Amino acid sequence: MIAELGHFALIAALFVALAQAVVPMVGANRRDLALMDFGRYAASAQFLCIAIAFAALTHAYIISDFSVANVFQNSHSKQPLLYKISGVWGNHEGSMLFWVLILALFGFAVAAFGNNLPASLRARALSVQAMIGFGFLVFILLTSNPFERLDPAPLDGRELNPLLQDPGLAFHPPMLYLGYVGFSMAFSFAIAALLEGRVDPAWARWVRPWTLAAWTALTGGIVLGSWWAYYELGWGGWWFWDPVENASFMPWLAGTALLHSAIVVEKRDSLKSWTILLAILTFALSLMGTFLVRSGVLTSVHAFAVDPERGLFILGLMILAVGGSLALFAMRAPVLKSGGLFRPISREGGLVLNNLLLSTACATVFIGTLYPLFLDATTGQKVSVGPPFYNATFVPLMIPLLVLLGVGPLLAWKRADILQALTRLWAAAVLTAIVCLFIWSGDDGKSVGAVVGFGIAAWIVGGVLTEYAERIRLFRISIGASLRRATGLSGSSYGMMLAHLGLAAFITGAVGDTFWGVEAVANARPGDKITLGPYDITFDKMSREPGPNYEAEFATMTVTRDGEPVTRLRPERRIYPVQRMPTTEAAIHTTLARDLYVSVGEGNQADGWAVHAWINPLVPWMWIGALMMVCGGLVSLSDRRLRVGAPKRISGAAPQPVGGD
Amino acid sequence: MGRLLYLLPLVIFGAIAAYFAAPILSGKDPKTLPSAMIDKPAPTQTLPPLVDGKPGIDAAALAGPVKLVNFFASWCVPCRAEHPLLTRYAASGKIRLYGINYKNKKEEALAWLAELGDPYERIGFDLSGRAGIEWGVYGVPETYVVDAKGIIRYRHVGPLTQLVMAETIMPLVEKLEAGGGS
Repeated sequence: MIAELGHFALIAALFVALAQAVVPMVGANRRDLALMDFGRYAASAQFLCIAIAFAALTHAYIISDFSVANVFQNSHSKQPLLYKISGVWGNHEGSMLFWVLILALFGFAVAAFGNNLPASLRARALSVQAMIGFGFLVFILLTSNPFERLDPAPLDGRELNPLLQDPGLAFHPPMLYLGYVGFSMAFSFAIAALLEGRVDPAWARWVRPWTLAAWTALTGGIVLGSWWAYYELGWGGWWFWDPVENASFMPWLAGTALLHSAIVVEKRDSLKSWTILLAILTFALSLMGTFLVRSGVLTSVHAFAVDPERGLFILGLMILAVGGSLALFAMRAPVLKSGGLFRPISREGGLVLNNLLLSTACATVFIGTLYPLFLDATTGQKVSVGPPFYNATFVPLMIPLLVLLGVGPLLAWKRADILQALTRLWAAAVLTAIVCLFIWSGDDGKSVGAVVGFGIAAWIVGGVLTEYAERIRLFRISIGASLRRATGLSGSSYGMMLAHLGLAAFITGAVGDTFWGVEAVANARPGDKITLGPYDITFDKMSREPGPNYEAEFATMTVTRDGEPVTRLRPERRIYPVQRMPTTEAAIHTTLARDLYVSVGEGNQADGWAVHAWINPLVPWMWIGALMMVCGGLVSLSDRRLRVGAPKRISGAAPQPVGGD
Repeated sequence: MGRLLYLLPLVIFGAIAAYFAAPILSGKDPKTLPSAMIDKPAPTQTLPPLVDGKPGIDAAALAGPVKLVNFFASWCVPCRAEHPLLTRYAASGKIRLYGINYKNKKEEALAWLAELGDPYERIGFDLSGRAGIEWGVYGVPETYVVDAKGIIRYRHVGPLTQLVMAETIMPLVEKLEAGGGS
């Protein structure tokens, strides 16, 4: 009964979306305020309908109603509650429903908080938002109905894929989708602006917080996924250039570029058509992420649905959305008046270079992901692209970008003096040189990569701190005055600092892990000792323990260093009897300097177990860095000037932060 | 000129969309073997052994009893996912499992097998990926069922799952074995 209610609510949402797509658009063209305002009510109604549908599906999962086919396929009565709930989005149908739920949530946010938007821009943006929603609702209802019934109802379910039964992965898809779908806001506003024929700083001020929110969520989502792969798969690595990982990384790269180019639109009223194009492309890549995972064109560990019919549907949807918007772009973008001019060497110039490098990097990943497909379609030749491709193409693009990151924020708008900026960076240069020398002398392997990597991280830290010192005029005025300046700085300045420092921390971790990792593999029986770098790992015993819906087998290992006890590790193997699938739960001992990582493979008492141990130096820095990036996004979002729905500041009434950003 | 520049994104997108659409519209499911290879003899070039003391793959080996030929590589993520399954089936004696190590440095492949265990009866070493082209490998992992006459009967793209093994591959293997490989 409740499932039918959900199905019905979903159908209702479809019609509401249709009305929301048409009426406000007509209103905007006729300048009819009542029709334009309809969009806001429709957006709220659409959100309500989809929320009801989603709640109905969640309910079916919680009470284990196996007469719903979707629940039968992805849940089990013994599954812990958390995974019953995360099972809702851990499958194709449910995740699509979740996709439209977030889309409707964003539409609702515009309706609820968009009071200070020009009425016609808001109406058009809501209409575009509803068109996307309509497309996806048709897709769900026709090809992927999550409410389909089974008769007779099976006694128990087939259980969620055990790999997905993990706290990290329970929250990975929602964050990722928040990011993917969040970029639909930038897209809707870009289309609305093209239709209006006007892009101005006010537009950018509106788009930036949405983009920032989407970017923050996507960053969090990607990192959660990567963290999950790190500790759950038990392979010691954290990024595999897998097509599905790439699918989320491409919108991230494009979104990062968009975040930066929108600043130029806001501050300097320039780079408009490029920013619009980026907004379209970022969302197109988000859609492609959905398409790649579900079409079966590329195979991956994560892909859950393989169905050409669905793939074709999404492809049609994409061609309509992206093709249509790019056609609109070709027609309308030339009309956009460009604003402020700037010299190549200026803050704008730096941001243009940032955008060029990021989009090239994005294109590289795109080619790496799809090249096998292209080559097959053109020549019939078959190839596969592995990590070596990305090391050879992606990494060299990142180096100039990161060097630029140290300099860019010190350049003045419009016209900058590069020599002067570099002179101001003397302290950063000294820091970089010291770090490079230190690494070179301490590194036994003498790897150039490690020196370059740590050097770049130091350079970024130096650049960010120099810029901060300049802003608060440290040592040029009294400390007290500097402190007052520091507290007066805007949230977005601190957000930027935090995100850039986070990137430096991330690079530190990634470089340390890449160049200094140590591993050991052994076939061990209880009592055996494994030597890993300076550590001795003693395999004490193997024991069994039943879990709620699995059988666990775990090893107890004592780690010592020079005879001193360090820790005790309990790597685990689980067998999920319903799916007959084993998973590994690696044991990780973390300090700020390294992760000690042990996983146990297949084995038995007679032959021993395959034990794989790693020292992953500095890996915790990666997670800290990623967390800093997410916090940077959040701090920026708290900035009053970016806050969604914050009333306009009366000019001159509030103190202007010196230096702005 | 200026206006044409604005058309460029649309043109590029059109080309990409066509590439995407072509395989789907032509009805070519990327998961199944192109009809060109099914029921054709498996490529018979000789592949040197990967592991010392364990034979490689040659025409004689392919003409032996029904077997699964599995392409794998240490850099391939899904290969790890299917590895325990393959190990279990190989250990049960229900299937004969040959491996072809695809575009992999020798030491990396050996380290991988040392870590995860080596369920293969024979392993051919295909560093250049030449054999992969002959067999029409789309991406690793990929698994072929080859009958006793060396004819390819089935191809599975991507990691094997319990379901595929139980419902498709094992019945086929049993049928081929019962039919004397015809």
